[in-house]
Amino acid sequence: MAGTPLSVSVVAADHEVWTGEASMVVARTVEGEIGILPGHEPMLAILAKGEVRLTLTDGSKLTANAEDGFLSVEKNVVSIVAGAASLAS
Amino acid sequence: MAATLRVYTQKIKSAQTTKKITKAMELIAASRIQKAQARVKASAPYSRAITRAVSAVATLSNVDHPLTTEPERITRTAVVVFSSDRGLAGAFNSQILREAGELTELLREQGKDVVHYLVGRKAVGYFQFRRRPFVKDWQGGTDKPDFETAREISETLLEAFSKDAADGGVDEIVLVFNRFVSMMTQTPETVRLIPLEVVEADENDTTSDVLPLYEFEPDAETVLDQLLPVYIESRIFNAMLQSAAAKHAATQKAMKSASDNADTLITDYTRLRNNARQAEITQQIAEIVGGVDALATSK
Repeated sequence: MAGTPLSVSVVAADHEVWTGEASMVVARTVEGEIGILPGHEPMLAILAKGEVRLTLTDGSKLTANAEDGFLSVEKNVVSIVAGAASLAS
Repeated sequence: MAATLRVYTQKIKSAQTTKKITKAMELIAASRIQKAQARVKASAPYSRAITRAVSAVATLSNVDHPLTTEPERITRTAVVVFSSDRGLAGAFNSQILREAGELTELLREQGKDVVHYLVGRKAVGYFQFRRRPFVKDWQGGTDKPDFETAREISETLLEAFSKDAADGGVDEIVLVFNRFVSMMTQTPETVRLIPLEVVEADENDTTSDVLPLYEFEPDAETVLDQLLPVYIESRIFNAMLQSAAAKHAATQKAMKSASDNADTLITDYTRLRNNARQAEITQQIAEIVGGVDALATSK
């Protein structure tokens, strides 16, 4: 289970921002920062305003801004859903 | 004689001009359908993700939330009608207004009070002309709906929902909109928004039949509190996008048949004009022949 990467999708209201595989996702929820690795238990969390950091399978990093959204994890599928989301360059 | 000829020529000209306009509108609508459909498609991942999450919370937690529980008695229902800003779309607006009218009657028979929220200039015009009251309207953005409007609508509705029925609040919210089925068919659809009947996302999602046990952060109730307004926003936005795509498809269909009709008119009038011209020539020949004969006999 831990060998398979997470398949992540970052979705805004009117378009898909990014989809792909990542080995780690770090997001800021209302409770604090959370890191998600493959094999994480199913979860639904409310995101605080802030950035979501993705570590891709090849080790490179990617940051996305997400505003009033939530994060759901289920069977290595991570969805970051926000009313407004964009990739930070 | 020359007068009838002129009349026919005039009629052909006017039909040709009309055809030029309707043809252009048809092409514009055709190109807009593509864009509108692409937007419906682009918003799909969002609503799918939200729907999954909402059904997860709703089925896996036993939180009593006002948005999900059925009230004992529904005294007032809000009906949201999604029409378009412009006409020239065949039965698009009339079918949605008829659907809304029938629904209103049905709800009134059930003893519920009905209040209307209108989207699109056509619905507003219809209600104003008949002097029917409505609570609020949104105009001008039906061709290219934006998320901000959807948010505004959902905020207004939730505010009305959170009020008590005695203070003019509503207990039920229903959406009436045209669903884009195909280029040829747009069907009016009625969806009850609140109390929630969670619509399952795509059926082809066979990978997970049973929803797993979820962990909620901070807790199920807060998540639900945050999630449901977002869910409603996304449903409303989806209805707006569907309605926009359906409107363009309806316009294209209507304009296509208008162009076709103009074509038939042009052919018909051309035949008549040729007839008239031929009759005129025949008459002139007859007159000349008659004149020559008369001159010949008088000599």
